[in-house]
Amino acid sequence: MTPSNKITFSRRSFLKSSALASGGMIIGFNLFNACKSDVKPSIDLSQLNYNDFNAFIKISPEGKVTIFSPNPEIGQGVKTSMPMLIAEELDVLWSDVYVKQGALDNKNFARQVAGGSQSIRHSWLPLRQTGATAKQMLINAAAAKWGVDASECSAKEGIITNANGETFSYGDVVNEAAILEVPENIELKKPKDFTIIGQNTANVDLDKIVTGKPLFGLDYKEEGMVYASVLRPPAFGEILESFDATEAKAIPGVLDVITIGENARNFIKKGYVSWTSIISGTDKVVVIADNTWSAIKGKNAIKATWKKESPLESTESHDKILLDLLDGTKFSTRRSDGNVKKAFAEADKILERTFESPFLPHNCMEPMNFFANVTADKIHLVGPTQTPAESAKVASALLDRDITEVHVEMTRMGGGFGRRLYSDFIIEATDVSNTIKKPVKMVSTREDDMTTGVYRPAIKYKISASIKEGKLTGYHLKEAAINGNMYGLIPNFFPAAAIDNYQVDTANYKSNITTGAWRAPYTNFLASAEQSFFDELAEALEVDRIQLHMDLLENAKNNPEPNIEYSPDRLQGVIKLAVEKSNWGKSKDGVYQGFSVYYCHNTHVAEVADIRMKNGIPIVEKVTCAVDCGIVVNPLGALNQIKGGVIDGIGHTMYSDFSFKDGIPQSNNFNAYQLIRMGQTPQVDVHFVESDIDPTGLGEPTFPPIGAAIANAVYAATGKRLYKQPYMSNMVLEKVVG
Amino acid sequence: MPTFNLKINNKTHTVETDMDTPLLWVLRDKLDMVGTKFGCGIGQCGACTIHVDGNAMRSCLLQVSQAEGMNITTIEGLSENGDHPVQEAWEEVDVPQCGYCQAGQIMTASAFLKSNPNPSDSEIRNAMHGNICRCAAYNSIEEAVKVASKKIS
Ligand code: FES
Ligand code: FES
Repeated sequence: MTPSNKITFSRRSFLKSSALASGGMIIGFNLFNACKSDVKPSIDLSQLNYNDFNAFIKISPEGKVTIFSPNPEIGQGVKTSMPMLIAEELDVLWSDVYVKQGALDNKNFARQVAGGSQSIRHSWLPLRQTGATAKQMLINAAAAKWGVDASECSAKEGIITNANGETFSYGDVVNEAAILEVPENIELKKPKDFTIIGQNTANVDLDKIVTGKPLFGLDYKEEGMVYASVLRPPAFGEILESFDATEAKAIPGVLDVITIGENARNFIKKGYVSWTSIISGTDKVVVIADNTWSAIKGKNAIKATWKKESPLESTESHDKILLDLLDGTKFSTRRSDGNVKKAFAEADKILERTFESPFLPHNCMEPMNFFANVTADKIHLVGPTQTPAESAKVASALLDRDITEVHVEMTRMGGGFGRRLYSDFIIEATDVSNTIKKPVKMVSTREDDMTTGVYRPAIKYKISASIKEGKLTGYHLKEAAINGNMYGLIPNFFPAAAIDNYQVDTANYKSNITTGAWRAPYTNFLASAEQSFFDELAEALEVDRIQLHMDLLENAKNNPEPNIEYSPDRLQGVIKLAVEKSNWGKSKDGVYQGFSVYYCHNTHVAEVADIRMKNGIPIVEKVTCAVDCGIVVNPLGALNQIKGGVIDGIGHTMYSDFSFKDGIPQSNNFNAYQLIRMGQTPQVDVHFVESDIDPTGLGEPTFPPIGAAIANAVYAATGKRLYKQPYMSNMVLEKVVG
Repeated sequence: MPTFNLKINNKTHTVETDMDTPLLWVLRDKLDMVGTKFGCGIGQCGACTIHVDGNAMRSCLLQVSQAEGMNITTIEGLSENGDHPVQEAWEEVDVPQCGYCQAGQIMTASAFLKSNPNPSDSEIRNAMHGNICRCAAYNSIEEAVKVASKKIS
């Protein structure tokens, strides 16, 4: 299955062009849906309207190409790799291509979301089609000028050549091309002819990043803008009772202290429900100041009392609830093949293990913030969000304003990891600006961010396998999670279809602690649990762990099942590559290896961790990572994402712990919460499976398998199995980082 | 409110602000130098790293009143044209992912390499240990410090 089969759009009408008043050609195009038949891109560059088009390409009379790319950037490099797709088919030099982040006034941008590693997968065909169509229009214009047939002309690196060897540059014919009919059915290049796709291409914002230019939400400023710091309840389950702002108001720089909450409550009452609108019905105290520091200081000086509105929950009670759920009967069955009950009843050996994970905050390096300016005719929003279209909807619903009045501009984001899919910070900024009638920047501190988050929910798995006469006969996975269970698709991941009797059940506990998507939702821990279990299972079956996987994947191949998400061949491919490149089984003295393989987010990954024990503590020295993500669009960007995913995975599975007591998060900053640091990182050695299959994303899939690779290596070194994350308690950690 | 004279990137700036204001917020909010980043506010992440008399320091912990009379360099002033060897190395290696932590990483690395142009691998790891990169671009950061060290020494 290649993802491209799933994309359908009308070639006829996804692209429109105009001649720019200032000279040159502007092409507006829509990913996934048709353009309105009567709309053409504005001939004035300052008037580009993202209601009608998702993105624009400008080709200047000098032959320079500017892509107004609306896709947000959260470190996945899409702002670089997506324009590469256009430039490839347009056939221009990458050095002639410039990228500008587009603003958004919009209702219907399809999938304008950075998350789920989806951006590149969804845009692979449409963006190339756009580039190829534009190129054909330029060729057609040149052919008309020469009076020859377009089929006699070709284009390369921005130069069109005819059969007589005469040439025009793109710039020479842009004005004519702009007004031509948009051609249909343009053929795309074969992967072997790619000259830009597959080349190492540096991040387009690189210069600005290393010189400290304003790029991020927190850097955005406007004339007359004030700063807002929001005091939210310290515990989940509490709401504001009363407050005293006397001290806060006396702080130099503090302009005002207000409360918000009424609009949000109405918004809930009116039934506006969206998965992104994490809101609470409480009043919040907001300190407005002429600088960030005064706003923060003011917030800290508010004397507030809070009252209990719903239960104040603790990790201790969550642990008990989830374990009880796993032992109970309140499950929904997500997938059931064969007869697991029978297999277990007839087994002569059953292996059963429980795996546990904590809540986790996202901790984007750039704390949550957003700019809002609500005026009589417009709601202007600027900042880091993974869901600009959804932000606009939420703001319009909150203030009961027409969506067309909302204008959202995306800045670069200092990390997303799922946190910026939610709109709580947009709701607050909008509400504050509406109240004080001023442009305002809402700024969260690290403490605000960590304690009023949208957490990765705590999850526990009980996995069991039935063994008869030395053979694996059944597999049963039970999940107990807080506030949400694994997606429908996940039960179709490996080892589904590889084991005849296979069942996945989920149970749930509803908590008032806000939870949501967090880098590689669900699989981030599921892969750790399952792949640790498989290591132990191989031992119980007395087979080699690599062989066990290869055999199971053979079973899957012989069991063609339409709902299966992974490719057994591609999983075998990454396993072989990882085994070969890691010198599996032949490690140096004192080095112990752990293996893990997983498919998720459309990408197949196998990893081998090499560890060494030092004073009883595992030191991860090296990770070999074999990846099948189809065609690698930008190897440089891909390596960054893969290595980042692996190291982030090591950090969170080994070190990061988070708990609640009476509704209050027990860590609130980096002195009490560990993120991985350089001294704890291995070298990550990445190998790609060569492929000409359509590309899939890399922001997430290398994270999930690593936890098991570490746990399995620790077992190889110590004979001790790890079932509970994070693997290293904070106490042990102090010994490591000092 | 008191006023302070600050020497930043070889220019003197006069600011009026509360005396306990961290230099970080003076730079960002009062002087429009937003390259220095806010990550934690408690000296734990290194996003706010600047040079004070040539040494790497956390601007979130340095009160404006303490900064008077000192020679302050921010990412904006590290080089005229973005061509400090550390910046060049960062570009060559294409280090940044989201990029948010990178100004701090670059300021830590440049101060470190000035005092130790030829560091060992473990010296690099020690020197960079105080800078968190949430995107975990550590392999690239480490490599870029090595590339920069070759350029400098
Ligand atoms: S913001 Fe100063 S060290 Fe984190
Ligand atoms: S590059 Fe994102 S935090 Fe370092």
